[in-house]
Amino acid sequence: MATELLDRPETAAANGTTGEDTQVLVTLTVADQLCGIPVLAVRDILGEQTITRIPLAPPEIAGSLNLRGRIVTAIDLRQRLRLPKAAPGQARMSVVAEQGGELYALLVDQVSEVLSLDASMFERNPPTLEKTWAEFSTGIFRLDGRLLVVLDVSRLLALSGEE
Amino acid sequence: MDDLLADFLTETNESLAELDVALLTLERTPDDAETLGFIFRLVHTIKGTCGFLGLPRLERVAHAGENVLGKLRDRTLTVTPDIVTQVLAGIDQIKAIVSHLSTTGAEPAGDDTDLIAALNRVASLDAPPAKKAPVTLPAAAQPPPEPAQIEAPPELVPVEIIPPTAPTPAATALQAQPQPPTLPNAPANTQTIRVTVDVLEDLMTLVSELVLTRNQLLQLARNQENSGFTVPLQRLSHITSDLQEGVMKTRMQPIGNAWNKLPRLVRDLSHEMGKKIELTMLGAETELDRQVLELIKDPLTHMVRNSGDHGLETPAERRAAGKPETGTIVLNAYHEGGYIILEISDDGRGLAVDRIRAKALANGLATEAELAAMTDSQIQRFIFRAGLSTAQTISAVSGRGVGMDVVKTNIEKIGGTIELKSTPGQGTMFTVKIPLTLAIVSALIVESGKERFAIPQLSVVELVRAQRDSGRNTNEGTGNSVIERINDTPVLRLRNRLLPLVSLTELLALGVEDTAESAAHVVVAQVGAHMMGIIVDRVFDTEEIVVKPVAPILRHVTMFSGNTILGDGSVIMILDPNGIARASGVGAGSENRLLRANSADTQTSADKTAMLLFRAGESRRMGVPLGLVARLEDIPREKIEISCGMPVTQYRGKLMPLIAIDGGIDQQKPTQPLLVFAEGDRIMGLMVDEIIDVVEDRLDIELAGARAGLLGTAVIGGQATDVLDTGYWLMQAWQDWFRGVPRQGAAAGQKHVLLVDDSEFFRQLMMPTLGAAGFRVTAVGSAAEALRLRDAGTMFDAIVSDIEMPEMDGIQFCRTVRAGGPWAALPMLAMTAHSDMETARLGREAGFTDYVAKFEREVLVASLRNTLVETVAA
Repeated sequence: MATELLDRPETAAANGTTGEDTQVLVTLTVADQLCGIPVLAVRDILGEQTITRIPLAPPEIAGSLNLRGRIVTAIDLRQRLRLPKAAPGQARMSVVAEQGGELYALLVDQVSEVLSLDASMFERNPPTLEKTWAEFSTGIFRLDGRLLVVLDVSRLLALSGEE
Repeated sequence: MDDLLADFLTETNESLAELDVALLTLERTPDDAETLGFIFRLVHTIKGTCGFLGLPRLERVAHAGENVLGKLRDRTLTVTPDIVTQVLAGIDQIKAIVSHLSTTGAEPAGDDTDLIAALNRVASLDAPPAKKAPVTLPAAAQPPPEPAQIEAPPELVPVEIIPPTAPTPAATALQAQPQPPTLPNAPANTQTIRVTVDVLEDLMTLVSELVLTRNQLLQLARNQENSGFTVPLQRLSHITSDLQEGVMKTRMQPIGNAWNKLPRLVRDLSHEMGKKIELTMLGAETELDRQVLELIKDPLTHMVRNSGDHGLETPAERRAAGKPETGTIVLNAYHEGGYIILEISDDGRGLAVDRIRAKALANGLATEAELAAMTDSQIQRFIFRAGLSTAQTISAVSGRGVGMDVVKTNIEKIGGTIELKSTPGQGTMFTVKIPLTLAIVSALIVESGKERFAIPQLSVVELVRAQRDSGRNTNEGTGNSVIERINDTPVLRLRNRLLPLVSLTELLALGVEDTAESAAHVVVAQVGAHMMGIIVDRVFDTEEIVVKPVAPILRHVTMFSGNTILGDGSVIMILDPNGIARASGVGAGSENRLLRANSADTQTSADKTAMLLFRAGESRRMGVPLGLVARLEDIPREKIEISCGMPVTQYRGKLMPLIAIDGGIDQQKPTQPLLVFAEGDRIMGLMVDEIIDVVEDRLDIELAGARAGLLGTAVIGGQATDVLDTGYWLMQAWQDWFRGVPRQGAAAGQKHVLLVDDSEFFRQLMMPTLGAAGFRVTAVGSAAEALRLRDAGTMFDAIVSDIEMPEMDGIQFCRTVRAGGPWAALPMLAMTAHSDMETARLGREAGFTDYVAKFEREVLVASLRNTLVETVAA
C-alpha cells in the first residue's frame, strides 16, 4: 500500500551539513511550481496513501493517514498555498514532517530528487511575490531554466485550530 | 540531584503519606502502641537520614517531632487532638521542605523556631495522671483498610516482583499489600522494584501498537483460507491479549491512593468548621488506571470537601433535626462492567432546591416559567452549571462559584458521567461512573456518508433499525420504527417517547445526501441524563480501539474525542457523544429545552383537549387547541389581496391580515383554508394547506420550543404533531397585538392575575391570552408554589386555578386560600376540562367565584372582567 520511496534520508542529511555554503533540499512540485524543503525537516516520503477525511476540519486538512501505526495529519499543500485543487484521481505523494511531536504529511503532486545547492544561487523573495507564497517561502534558488521556491515547513504547519 | 537524595525523597514522600493516615488512626486509638511505634520509627528514620545527608533544617523539625512522639510512646504524654494537630503541623512543614528539596535539590531558607518551640512545649508538658484515654471508638481499633503506601513522587510507582512460587503473579502485580499501617516493617514476602512511570507509559504505547498490528494481521489472515499463518497468528493474538492485560495491570492502582489525603482533609475541615465528621471509605482496593486516577483526584477532593462544608450540618443543627451529632461522609468504589462506580454520599441536609432555584433565576440560567416546570431533581442539576454556588457565605473551603461545573467537566473529559440524588434533610449522593482505562476502549464502528466512525460503547444504550420517512406514513401496523420529521428536525418514537435524533451526515457536514436506502440505524446514546439518537447508515462490529489524541490543529472540533487505527489499517475518528450533544443542543448547552421535555413526562395532565389538526408547509402535521380558534374559513384564492406587501382579505367588512406558516402560499388550489383568530377588534387569518381533523387527546408537549412559532411537539392521535404557538402568529399579524391592548387595560388599572396550573403548555397558552386581554399574569405550576407567593407577600387582583393538579388540587387550594391570609377575599376562578354540574358545585362550595371550562378563552376573559368589576364596585 505505502510505497516509501525514501525513508529517513540520513545519508543525504549528513552530506547536507558538510559545507555551510550548500543547502540540501528535497524538491517537489505543486501545481507545476518547483519547490524545495530542507532535507533535515523531512521524516518520510510516501507514495499514494489512503487518507481518511476529517469532517469539520479546516479546508487545508486533507485528512489523516496511518504511517506504521502512527496517525499522521495530512495537509493539502495546494489548499495551503491557495492553489486550485488537484484533479480528482491524480496520484499524489506526501512529505512527512514533524512539528511539536506530531507528524504531518504535506500532500504534493510529485516528489523528485534531493538537490545540494550552492548558497550563491539563493535569493530572497522578490518583494512582488504573492502574499500567500511569500508567507511560506524563505527564498528562491535560481536553477538552470527553473526557479525553486524554498518552503518553510514550520510556517506551513502553523495552522491554528481556531481558524 | 544525587541518587542518594533522590532515593531519600522518594522514601520520605511515601513515609509522609503513611504518617498522615497513621496519625489520624492514633487520634482515634491513642492506646495503640503499635501505631505509635510505627509513627515514631517513620519520623526517626527521616531524622536519621537527614543528618546523614546534611539537611539541618529538616533534621531539626523532624527531631522536635520525634521528641513529642517519643514521649507519647513512653507514656509520659497522652495523645490529645491538640498534640496530634501540633505533630501534623510538624509533618506539614517536613512536607513543604521535602517538596522544595525535590524541585531545587536544596533546603529552602527559612526559620522553624516557632514550630519547634511549639513542639517542644507540647513535649515538655507534664504527663497527666495516668487516666484512661480520652476517647476510644470501638470501631477504630481496626485501622482503615487502605493500603498504606505510594503517594507523592509522581514519577514512581512500585512494582512488585513476585517470587516464582507465588500462585497468581498477574493478579497481585503492583497491588501493594493492603496491610495495615501497623506492620509496614514486617519483612516483605514479595520483592518490589521501582520503575519510572515513563517506562510503563512507553510499554503501554508499544503494547497499543502491538494490538493494532495484531488486529491488522488478523484482518489479513481472515481473507486467506488455510494459510500457514493461521495457527501461529492465533497464538500471537492470545499472547498479545495477555501482554496487553499485564501491562494494563502495571498501570492499575488502587483508588485508595486517590483517597489517602482525604482523612486528613476531613479532619482539618471538621476542626475548622466545628463539625463532627466521620469519613468511611469502602472499596479502597478497587483498581483503576493511574492516568484516570490522577484525573479524578481533584474532582473527588472537591466533592468530599463540599459534602463536609455545606452538606453536613453543625452538631447543634443535627441534634435539632434528630440525627446523630456526627455526620458521615461515605466514599464507595466498586467495579461494574468496564467501569468504576464511585459514590460520594453524606447524611447532611441535602441540596436546598429553593436556593438553587432562586440562584438559577438570579443568574439568568433559566426563566421563572422554565423553573416552574422543572422537577426538584432537574433543579438540583443546576449545581453542575457554571456560576452557581449555593453556599450563602464564601468560606475558605468552598462557595466561590467555581466548583461542581468544573468537577462535571473534568469527569466528562475522561469519558465519565456524574449523577446526583438528594433528599432534603437526609443527604446527598453523587454517583460518578468512569472508564477503567482511557487507553483502550470498546467502540462501536458505524458508517455514515461513506465514512466510518467509532462511538465509545460506554454511551451506547441500544441500536434501533428505523425506516427513513419519505413522506408516507406507513408505520401504522407494520411495527417498524419510522424517523419522522418536525420541520427538518428528525425524531423517533421509541416506546412512547419522542427521541431527538441527530443525523451524522448533517452534523458533520459530510456533504453526501442520505442514501437512497430507506433503512437506517439509530444509535441511541445517553449523555448525562439525556437520551439522543444518532442516525447512521450502517453499523459494523464493536472493536477494541486504542484511543489516540487528535492533532492539535483539530482540537477545536469538539465532536471528536480522538482517533484510532482499525484492524484494516485505516484511520478513523472517534465520536464524542458529549460533543455531539452540545453541538446539536441536546443536554449541556441548552439543557432547558430537554429539561422541559423531560418534565412533560411527569406532568401528564389527564385532561383531554380538543385539538384542531391541520397541515401547513411541507405537509407537516400541526395542531392547535380548538378553543383558541374563532372560526374556520375556506376563501376563494382571488379574494386574497396584497396590501403593504402583506396578503390580506376582506372579511366581514374588515381587512384581515393573512399569515402563512411557511411564508409561501400554495397558488395551485382554488381556495385557501384559513384559521381565523379574533380578539376584540383584531382579527387575523392563518393560511394552512389543509384542515385534517379535530381529535380529542391528551396534550403532552414532549419536545418543547424547537422553533419559533411552535410550542413544541406532542403525540396526538398517534402521530408526532407540532403544536402551534398562537401568540407568536398573532404577533406576526399585529405587532402590537399584545402591546396595544394592555394600554387599554392600563387605563382601567391593569389587573394582576395569578394563574395556577400544573400544565406548562396551558400556562404558556394562557399567559399571552390573558396578557392580550389586558391583564398582567404571573403563572405558577402548583398550589404549593402559589401559597409560597402568598406567604412572600405578593398581592394579586384575582386567581385563576386549575382543578386537577397533583398534590394539592384546585378545590383544596381554594379552601386553603379562603381559610385566611391576605388572599382570602380575592376572586378565584376555577378552570377544568370536566365541566359537569357536580364538579362545578364542589368548586363553588369550596369558594370559587366562578367556574369555566378550559380553553374557553372568551368566557374566561369575560368572567374575569366581570368579577373584577364587581370587586372594584364592592
